[in-house]
Amino acid sequence: MLGYLLKRLIQMTLVLWVVSVIVFLMMSFTGDPVFMVVPIDASDAEIAQARRLLGLDDSLPVQYWKFLTSLLQGDFGRSYVFRQPAMTLILERMPATVELVLVAMALAIAVAIPLGVYAGANPQSRISRVIMAGSLLGISLPGFWIGMVLIYLFAVHWGIFPSSGRGDTVEIFGIRLSILTWDGWTHIVLPAVTLSLATMAIILRITRAGMMEVGRQDFMKFARAKGATRGDVLYKHGLKNALIPVVTIFGLQLGDLIAFATITETIFSWPGMGKLLIDSIYRADRPVIVVYLMLVALIFVVINFLVDVIYMLIDPRIRLK
Amino acid sequence: MTDQPLLAVRDLRTHFHTFSGTVKAVDGVSFEIGQGEVMGLVGESGGGKSVVGFSILGLIDSPGKIEAGEILLDGKNLVAASEAELRKVRGREISMVFQDPMTSLNPLHSVGRQMDEVLRLHTDLDAKARQAACVEMLESVGISRAAERLKAYPHQFSGGMRQRVVIAIALLARPRLIIADEPTTALDVTIQSQILKLMRAQIAEKGASMILITHDLAVVSEMADHITVLYCGKVVERGRTRDLINAPSHPYTRGLIDSIPDTVNRHDRLSQIPGTVPDIRNLPKGCNFRDRCPRAQALCAEVEPQLEPQHGTLSSACHFPLKPGEAA
Repeated sequence: MLGYLLKRLIQMTLVLWVVSVIVFLMMSFTGDPVFMVVPIDASDAEIAQARRLLGLDDSLPVQYWKFLTSLLQGDFGRSYVFRQPAMTLILERMPATVELVLVAMALAIAVAIPLGVYAGANPQSRISRVIMAGSLLGISLPGFWIGMVLIYLFAVHWGIFPSSGRGDTVEIFGIRLSILTWDGWTHIVLPAVTLSLATMAIILRITRAGMMEVGRQDFMKFARAKGATRGDVLYKHGLKNALIPVVTIFGLQLGDLIAFATITETIFSWPGMGKLLIDSIYRADRPVIVVYLMLVALIFVVINFLVDVIYMLIDPRIRLK
Repeated sequence: MTDQPLLAVRDLRTHFHTFSGTVKAVDGVSFEIGQGEVMGLVGESGGGKSVVGFSILGLIDSPGKIEAGEILLDGKNLVAASEAELRKVRGREISMVFQDPMTSLNPLHSVGRQMDEVLRLHTDLDAKARQAACVEMLESVGISRAAERLKAYPHQFSGGMRQRVVIAIALLARPRLIIADEPTTALDVTIQSQILKLMRAQIAEKGASMILITHDLAVVSEMADHITVLYCGKVVERGRTRDLINAPSHPYTRGLIDSIPDTVNRHDRLSQIPGTVPDIRNLPKGCNFRDRCPRAQALCAEVEPQLEPQHGTLSSACHFPLKPGEAA
């Protein structure tokens, strides 16, 4: 186990290093941030001065070296625009995104698993067909469209939920959370539903496929022959055996949503990381983008590691090597 | 048998409605089993043996359906019973041992948990008492260090050991009837006899009855009190084991017996039944066995024979049954 952890840690470091190189190179080839900083009528001398201040007059390898060494010292650079540490900017907005994503994922699981199990156990029934058709819609309808429709219906037309912002927040250990206030809840409902639909549909379909596969296994019939209830047979014997691919997709989707909830956040003016990323890209705010992408890579690597650990908890035949 | 049999199956018909036609997997099967008796249910693959077993427990899934007949447990008809009533019968009154021990245990639950499930479902014992009962049962099926092994998972056991676990699970709630569906077919020959001896001992000790479903007449002749032979979903012959093995009256049973390797009278070539089981979706008129039967005559193609008493305890469905001593 310890050996595995060590190996995994080295892998993670390697991945993050590769990501840092790619991110750095990508940033160097896309646009010159100097022109975002200097006035439009700046002289050549002023431009050169700004370039020096931003550390952009060095050669690429030297720039990368400086970038990497400061990264390792915990200095992630300052935003060109906000003149604040890039990391602080991102971490300020992270709770809003994580909160939104967790609510969305919880919603996706709560709906998708029972429906998926039902559809897998009764593939012929009419209700299953309705569920599967619905899931197809969930996959194919774009998030921005669903978001706008929800705003139109629930915010504009019926006025049940607010259309933008986080609402009242409560600060806990320096982290501002919406889900602890009623007002916050009303604000989170629409964006969370919008964000969850695609994931819900994918998890539902994978759960169903897994359950259909497991349903043919002898041990399911043996469990019934023991006198177990239908619910026990499906959930305790069946679902657990269908769960490995579900957990895999869950992990990928979780990372994906945290990293790129951008569109939903933009539609609902949710003050999360995604909106910061978009703004930073518009402004060629290189340090923020770089730190953002590095953070996303870290999140993915950590989630994947956790997914592997969960595999092991689910299936005793899987050993971490 | 004066009193009511433990289980009576009357004219059971279980059909499967598939796209390519209705499969009459079990078509008018009747038999009875008394308390403490072992009945062999014999036939070739596809003969409907397993379907009989699953029908008794109400485990026939769509597109299969019990179309007609009664399955009477102590006189109570299981065919008409609700799912909730059937759940109280499964595992508690009637339990089942499956063919392949490699697939009949849930790979993700420990052996202890799978055993415990039966006791939780069917007894009021507390956790400690259940644990003790599991250990005792596991030891009685010949698994040493049982308390430790309860924490193990199926993949940590060999095939023979797993089948012992399955048998232990089947016996845990002290059912009165055990349906063993080819319990040794998937095992090594050396393990087969061990498992059979174990089952016989356990059943005798607990006074339970058993339906032993198998294609292997040799196995059944050692274990069973009486035998029912199925062919194409119908009973073709039944009777007490000794009568049926020594002097079968149906040519199909004769064929099955002749295809058992005999160490006393060695032949150069093992005899076999010619041909294969006919397509069960499209059975010929008359006797289903006539195309493979050495005694078939014109009548066999016209009229389907009914089960009729023959010599000894036997009944068989044949127009030209064998007399004792007569070769097929």
